[in-house]
Amino acid sequence: MPSRREFISQVSTSSIAALVTAYPITSMAQIDPLVARVRAYAGVGSIKEGRVKLEIASLVDNGNSVPIEVKVSSAMREQDRVVGIAVFNEKNPQPEIAEFVLGPRTGRAHVSTRIRLATTQRIVAVAKMVDGSCWTHTVEVVVTLAACLDE
Amino acid sequence: MAHTILTVPAVAKSGEIIELRALIQHPMETGYRRSSEGVMLPRDLIRSFTCRFLERGKSGEGELVFSATLHAAISANPFLSFHTTAYASGTFVLTWSGDNGFTQTERAHIAVR
Amino acid sequence: MIGKSTKTVLLGLGLGLASAVLTFAPPAHAATTAGAGAGAGAMVDARKSGYEFMLPATQVLQRDDSQNPAMLWVKDGAARWSQIEGANGKSCASCHAHAKASMKGVAAKYPAYSSSLKRVINLQQQINFCRAARQGAVPFALENPALLGLESYVAFQSRGMLTAPSSDAVTVAAQNKGQSLFNQRMGQIDLSCKDCHVDLAGRSLAGNLIPQAHPTGYPLYRLAWQAVGGLQRRLRNCLVGIRAEPYAFGSEEMVALEAYLVKRAAGMPLESPAVRP
Repeated sequence: MPSRREFISQVSTSSIAALVTAYPITSMAQIDPLVARVRAYAGVGSIKEGRVKLEIASLVDNGNSVPIEVKVSSAMREQDRVVGIAVFNEKNPQPEIAEFVLGPRTGRAHVSTRIRLATTQRIVAVAKMVDGSCWTHTVEVVVTLAACLDE
Repeated sequence: MAHTILTVPAVAKSGEIIELRALIQHPMETGYRRSSEGVMLPRDLIRSFTCRFLERGKSGEGELVFSATLHAAISANPFLSFHTTAYASGTFVLTWSGDNGFTQTERAHIAVR
Repeated sequence: MIGKSTKTVLLGLGLGLASAVLTFAPPAHAATTAGAGAGAGAMVDARKSGYEFMLPATQVLQRDDSQNPAMLWVKDGAARWSQIEGANGKSCASCHAHAKASMKGVAAKYPAYSSSLKRVINLQQQINFCRAARQGAVPFALENPALLGLESYVAFQSRGMLTAPSSDAVTVAAQNKGQSLFNQRMGQIDLSCKDCHVDLAGRSLAGNLIPQAHPTGYPLYRLAWQAVGGLQRRLRNCLVGIRAEPYAFGSEEMVALEAYLVKRAAGMPLESPAVRP
């Protein structure tokens, strides 16, 4: 069991998938809310890093509208198919961003939307395959504040 | 009625993977903000989006193409882009629903050759 | 403090979350000529749209109509264009027929002199004038969403056309008044428009680069507003930012500032419906 300081330094350098594997879930969840969300979404499935790419600019003009695209490399056929994608954040008032369900004819597991980020933080995308296994990608985004707003 | 902008190809080849885009006018009020008078603005969110495909000549609610559960972290005027494989002519039925009884349905037709 | 080679500006952020102390290096000499206006004699036009000061992710939103949320306001205006309103049983289309033809280039010349009102007015005020005088309907409050929809739809018909400010004597007088307001320091922070948008354009202020204040994209979708707004709303934001008392919507000062900004941007292409941070 790592100290809080050791844990935080690892969080900043490792992937969510690695952390989920490395430490007991209950204690991890107490410290890193992202891990708890990913674990809850994955259910009993395995969690690994890879296959999914969360595309988001590392620096954005305004946190009110940040374009994101989640791309999963998958043949999208038979047993190699993405059935769901979820995106979670670290520091908004609520950790959920969106959960997507992909129909059987999706063909290409690419989904885009625009999100709100209250501050500089990590975002994680999780892709769930038809066999229940999950893949993650975590990205850190720097959010800047605008000047000269409404009174 | 909220305004929407749908981007769906009118024509596609059978087996072609197509992109669908949907934009809807909605404040996605989080429930965490105050007005300039200091009054809490009540939460007003679109909570879910569903796109189904109904093949021409068939009845029923069609087949699920894509669905999304949206939270307060989705930007105002939500934008969604997703894909599907065109296999038959028919109609995409897109439905948004959310707080305060919000519900809206739009349709886009596609001819598949 | 102001006028030394280094300026320290205490900026109150409108969010009320934080105040940031920003230190500006002295502006490069070349930068001070930026935004000097058309016909300044320079071989190269140093003027840049606010678009060029945004990050690529925001630029994409403006470029792609299928993603640009401001297009929802254009669509709203299109629906209102042919909607009958008021005692006279008329819609905009009753007089102006197809906006695509009749409104082409119209937004490029506002603010303009109204011979009916005997003063210079902006596009929102012109729409409201039509509404009251021709349709016999109650005018919208300025910046009302319905009015912004109509203004967006009218401005959209001039997208890509060049800003062509009016040059009649009354409009020129308003432009001149606007110029003196632009150069006048005001507010608790004692800044003029020029201090930021000419002398320090291109430098950082909070998270964004200071643009040259060319109003080529209005009405536009500002990410901070999460909605479409007009130029006067943006000017009020600037005035609040420097802790000056903002001029009222539709006031003579607002229209004068607008008229001067449009004159400074003469010949630059219109972008509405633009997106800005």
